[in-house]
Amino acid sequence: MNVGAHDELPIPGTYIFDGKAAMKGYALNKMCYSFNEARNREEFLKDEDAYCRKYGLNEEQRKAIRERNVLAMIHAGGCIYYLAKFAGIFGLTVQDVGAQQRGMPVEDFKKMLQAQGD
Amino acid sequence: MARVIGGLTTSHIPAIGNAVPREKELVNDPYWKEFFAAYPPARAWVDRVRPDVVVVIYNDHGLNFFLDKMPTFAIGAAFEYKNADEGWGIPTIPPFQGDPELSWHIIESLVGDEFDVTTCQEMLVDHGFTVPMSLFWPNNSYSNVRTVPVQINTVQHPLPSPMRCFRLGQAIGRAIESYPKDLKVVVLGTGGLSHQLDGERAGFINKKFDLMCLDKIVSDPEALARYSIHELVREAGAQGAEFILWLAMRGVLHRNVTRIHSSYHVAISNTATGMLVLENAA
Repeated sequence: MNVGAHDELPIPGTYIFDGKAAMKGYALNKMCYSFNEARNREEFLKDEDAYCRKYGLNEEQRKAIRERNVLAMIHAGGCIYYLAKFAGIFGLTVQDVGAQQRGMPVEDFKKMLQAQGD
Repeated sequence: MARVIGGLTTSHIPAIGNAVPREKELVNDPYWKEFFAAYPPARAWVDRVRPDVVVVIYNDHGLNFFLDKMPTFAIGAAFEYKNADEGWGIPTIPPFQGDPELSWHIIESLVGDEFDVTTCQEMLVDHGFTVPMSLFWPNNSYSNVRTVPVQINTVQHPLPSPMRCFRLGQAIGRAIESYPKDLKVVVLGTGGLSHQLDGERAGFINKKFDLMCLDKIVSDPEALARYSIHELVREAGAQGAEFILWLAMRGVLHRNVTRIHSSYHVAISNTATGMLVLENAA
């Protein structure tokens, strides 16, 4: 079997974070990477606008951050590993983030996860 | 000569890192019970073989490496490795001892073998490294074991192919077994199994595929290494591609291994968890 034959078929609901996305999302991801440091998280919370300006986010990225909209962040080039650090500022877990992206309540999302083990 | 005694794999979900300090109470918690029940036999194996060194094959999730410089393969060559809270409050735990002499031997051998790795004399290790260590060495009882971190990029595509990772593992195995000191080495591959954190398919789990992988990685790892990254993402989820770390671990081991323990549980956090203890055939 030629295992490479289907490589280019898109996977529904799945975003491959490749060079193109990495270039597009560089400023957004760089800002989220900075949240590894507690003092940067505090600075962001103190003045969100100023912090986003400092990292040079474009309007699409700024809007996604303002609206806490993870899918919009991904469309704007965000990589989930860095975005998770942004979510962490607000105490959101990967389950909260998953539920938001699927547009369902967190409890339903959790049930859906467990049901896949049956 | 140094010998590879066996290999361990486990999922490395951050939620486990927060749960580990509370394991005593959580063993009776309906959510955690089945997950934690798998580990005492694995720890008994670790206690029995008493490795001098653990080579930890893991992926950094944006703690030590950023997109400004993203190595495909990076190896630690430091005296000590620390973790950090990663932005969302994972506990900081005592540092891990390195073995820079063995690290440099592995680096020399790998580059000689045409694996041109990035070398790191300073390196923070994240949950991909620390959670498995605290699972197999409970209460952070790892002070007597030295570590060599091997980091594989799973953040930014293109990721190295499963076959490339398997062959990297084989080259690490050759490197270890040509090290002149008498050392007992265990290799730990972390991450997986199926899970996806991002996109409208977030929460995707594929039990059938995971169980096939848990079985085949013992008997026929090369068949799994022939998957492409894209196929792994489709079958195991965007972050299920971490299975390349398991394949690198398997490559370090001999062709014939004995399965000492294995477990599979759906789900902790967004992830189907898997654990394996494999021993090299004598």
